[in-house]
Amino acid sequence: MKVLLRNPRRELEMPGPMRVHALLDRLQLNRESVLVIRGDTLVTGDAALADHDEVEIRPVISGGAR
Amino acid sequence: MKCRSCREPAVIDIRRHNAGFCRDCFLRHCREQVKRAVEDWSMLVPGDRVLVAVSGGKDSLALWDVLLDLGVDADGLYLGLGIGEYSDDSGAMARAYAATRRATLIEVDIPSEYGFDIPGAAAATRRVPCSACGLSKRHLFNQAALDGGYDVVATGHNLDDEAAVLFGNVLRWNTDYLGRQLPVLPAAQGFARKVKPLIRLGERETAAYCVLTGIDYIVEECPNAVGNKHLGYKAALNDIEAQSPGSKAAFYFGFLDRASSKFAEETAAGRDRLVACEGCGAPTTNAGLCAFCALVAKVAR
Repeated sequence: MKVLLRNPRRELEMPGPMRVHALLDRLQLNRESVLVIRGDTLVTGDAALADHDEVEIRPVISGGAR
Repeated sequence: MKCRSCREPAVIDIRRHNAGFCRDCFLRHCREQVKRAVEDWSMLVPGDRVLVAVSGGKDSLALWDVLLDLGVDADGLYLGLGIGEYSDDSGAMARAYAATRRATLIEVDIPSEYGFDIPGAAAATRRVPCSACGLSKRHLFNQAALDGGYDVVATGHNLDDEAAVLFGNVLRWNTDYLGRQLPVLPAAQGFARKVKPLIRLGERETAAYCVLTGIDYIVEECPNAVGNKHLGYKAALNDIEAQSPGSKAAFYFGFLDRASSKFAEETAAGRDRLVACEGCGAPTTNAGLCAFCALVAKVAR
């Protein structure tokens, strides 16, 4: 599957099928810090991702002054 | 995973609630959390004119959207910070959102109106950029609210922001700051009321709210914030949260319920020392110029 990462923007190829939690673990990402987007919606941690899927892993942490 | 409310397939899981939500139930959950925060803390009263501090990021746009949906009279204020492409993009997001909702967006461009940008101010004052940025924002949001006849300034501080600030203040026992870290700061002479209606939502939830409602926000981090202490505190708290869901909420709400009042006296003493700034008239604890006017003067030198 194709995985888009942000900050900095880059793309990875990962083998599928795989559950979202397993993908995040494999990439050593904290599930509290990201959303996983497939198409125009979100997917939960237990969702299965297929080999042909394209997903974005979007960081949600922002830290400037407000 | 099924939605906790309607049993349809969930699109988001929130571990601290031990629950999943479908799109519609999640959006309702977000509005309910904001409504509850507003009511629990008496943040707004009917007829209030609210000025939302809008950065073009997920939190401020989600906040503006929820307040408008709740029928609040809410305009936005965007500050141009002069941070290159980041400011160009975030300003475009704020304008696009305002146009979509036919909402009023006020803009103040710091470089053209005050003669400096945030990176320049940080260099001139030897402050970290987030410090110069934060003090400029606090001053200009308050001033715009007073000038525009708004009752309230609403900011997009979420549960993660508040937990991280609390963590930093506890690490250093900044007791004066601890006394002021409240979801509502009442109006006072020279100050509009300040409210933080997103305290019951984590930033994963505000980002999800934007994705699910189609609100385009700036995903890129401010280049000046990369590697700052606040982000380090958030990462540390998220490591704890991953091991023990609900820790951030327990930390922050436990502080509000059981500890914040213990620091009130020190904060009140600070308020008694306020005098008028010789430059702009805003209340300040400094003799002479307030922190913002001092910043402007220093950059001009």
